[in-house]
Amino acid sequence: MVTRKFTRRRFLKTTAAASAAVGLTSYVRTSHAAGKLELGFWDHWVPGANDVLTKLCNEWAAKEKVEIKIDYIPSQGQKNLLTIAAEAQAKAGHDMLALPTWWPADKAKDLEPVDDVMKVLFANNGAVSPLIEYLGRVEGRWIAIPATPGSQIKGPCGRIDLLKQHAGLDVSKMYPAGAAPDNALSESWTWDAFLAAAEKCHKAGVPFGIGLGQTADSVDSMGALFGSFGAELIDAKGNITVKSDAVKQVLEYMKKLVPVLPPDVFAWDDASNNKWLISGKGALIMNPPSAWAVAKRDNPKVAEQLWTFPAPRGPKGRFQPYLPYFWGIWKFSQNKAAAKSLMHHISERSAVEKMVAASQGYDIPAFAKLNDFKTWADEGPPKGTLYHYPPKPGQILSIAGFPAPPKIAAQIYTQAIMTKLVAKCTQGGESIDKAIGWAASELQGFMRV
Amino acid sequence: MKKFLRRKSTIAFAMALPLILIIVLLVLYPALYSIHMATLNKSMEHFVGLENFAFLFTRETFWMVVRQSVVFAVSAVVFKALIGFCVAHFVHNIPVKGQRKWRGMLLVPWVIPPAMSTLVWLWLFDPSYSAFNWTFEHIGMAPVNWLGSPNWARFAVILVNVWVGAPFFMIMYLAALKSVPEQLYEAAAIDGANWWQKLWYITLPMMRNIIAITVLFSLIVTFANFDIVRVLTSGGPVDQTHVFATWAFKVGIEGSDLPLGAAVSLFMFPILAVAAIFILRDISRRGTET
Repeated sequence: MVTRKFTRRRFLKTTAAASAAVGLTSYVRTSHAAGKLELGFWDHWVPGANDVLTKLCNEWAAKEKVEIKIDYIPSQGQKNLLTIAAEAQAKAGHDMLALPTWWPADKAKDLEPVDDVMKVLFANNGAVSPLIEYLGRVEGRWIAIPATPGSQIKGPCGRIDLLKQHAGLDVSKMYPAGAAPDNALSESWTWDAFLAAAEKCHKAGVPFGIGLGQTADSVDSMGALFGSFGAELIDAKGNITVKSDAVKQVLEYMKKLVPVLPPDVFAWDDASNNKWLISGKGALIMNPPSAWAVAKRDNPKVAEQLWTFPAPRGPKGRFQPYLPYFWGIWKFSQNKAAAKSLMHHISERSAVEKMVAASQGYDIPAFAKLNDFKTWADEGPPKGTLYHYPPKPGQILSIAGFPAPPKIAAQIYTQAIMTKLVAKCTQGGESIDKAIGWAASELQGFMRV
Repeated sequence: MKKFLRRKSTIAFAMALPLILIIVLLVLYPALYSIHMATLNKSMEHFVGLENFAFLFTRETFWMVVRQSVVFAVSAVVFKALIGFCVAHFVHNIPVKGQRKWRGMLLVPWVIPPAMSTLVWLWLFDPSYSAFNWTFEHIGMAPVNWLGSPNWARFAVILVNVWVGAPFFMIMYLAALKSVPEQLYEAAAIDGANWWQKLWYITLPMMRNIIAITVLFSLIVTFANFDIVRVLTSGGPVDQTHVFATWAFKVGIEGSDLPLGAAVSLFMFPILAVAAIFILRDISRRGTET
């Protein structure tokens, strides 16, 4: 155990500016904020992104004389979920851990409230979307802070050339680089327009690649579609509402869309849609810019034609599939004050800007004032391809399962109820009513506490 | 005390103690802990007895997983045993000089970690870039939706399991074949027995115990299989290739319902216990025959 103390005086000095304004110092009470900090961060897929986070942490550690140990935990094979489950059981492990979307709410009773940190971050970085609050705040208390690394939006990423040629859709004009969207064109970018474009591209031999498997990309796409039609499976009070006209409407819509998608989309995982686009086989997928980033390396000709833009609008609005990450501090941590100080440090605007740049624009900060970095305007080719990737006013950040209580919604998400519903009444040939009946029974099973 | 320490039984116990400790730590404790976990509510805050099992019995998906696990394990073991038996005979009939090379080559699928070899199979079956489909297209055949269609996906996971596991049967049966006294075949040949009669009346009875043991062992391993299904289909499409272990992982780890996940995985235990009792009883009965 390191004996150097993370003293109150040192902490006051280093966080003076922010704390003077909003009382950050209130959570540094004793000299317990000292010694060692073990950190478990998400292992970023972008080469070099981890290094930037490590550098930021080391800077902070050197300044505060805290010894840190960082583990980058991959999400492949759900290694991060296994780590979270094991540490929650053992009440031992890292002090601070990256928690995927649903896990703050799930592990709320084991996590240290971080209202004091959020208070500072709100003051410095602006507000967060209601979805962040839904996922990170439990019973009126923030139990994790939104993390930049790993947080992503999964709007469409389409081929400028193919969409223009086959569907008459000029996406770079609809969402131009460095400028506001074209009002008329973006207003007409609806799910009906999406279907019409998908049909034309299918006819031209470059179908849209919308996965209908059971992994995150597939579930997120369907979550946005269901949300934009107002199709809730379970409402905020926990009532099963799947037997609704809105759900039927979505399923009717998918009955038209599925025949123009590749026939194997029911087996797609999170890599399938990327491969589909990068290989040049398809005109559009719904994904963060990882497909574009890989295409830059593997198929630059395709990368030059890729454009990321918001999801289509439905009757209830433009729902953007959003998958945020969080950072939480275990209650068993021996160094909570230091962990909170680090949280503050790596959530500062300058730190977040570096992380976004290192991720090539992939990471999306949760705070309103942090969505204007030049990375998104500058990244290319084509230049400005990511300009409309971060959320803009008028868009609704959404997730499959919302607005059900998070622990129930997490089951809807994990069990991919939405994509299974679609699969049952399309590939499976079941009637919509029968598929909805099946879903109602599954949802009933998620009510366990 | 000195006398006690010198006793053979005391020394034997002392020498077995490290193994006993390992078993207690790595087998008994996790097993008891998972039983304990299966009796807790979802948030693991209070004891609910057998409620998790009762809940599972009401779930349509769970029964689908039970059916699939049985179909997966039984069909895979049958094919592994048949293929292993046939290949063992072929290898047995190869002249001794070249036999070692063949044995080595045939064992390759079994010695490669299944997660790795299944990745290669995943590329062969890949939804969009299947090497099999590429070949089919070049010979004018329609592509197959290997992992997107429920029946083909089931076929794929069983096929890979057979590919991985058949060499184990082959090597066990080969060892058994080598232990059958040649004089028995010579005597049968003198009596005019044909190949089928030799197989039925000599080979099979002489291999009966080893067949029973390998089938039991493989049944247990196949029922508990995780990596092949996880890598190849993740249980899809629409849960139609899930087996107990993958479903338990889905529910317990991904769905953060550890007690229910534990209950799913424990459900394998009675099925395997019944199979083990019957097979081992049969072996032991034959062992006492004079």
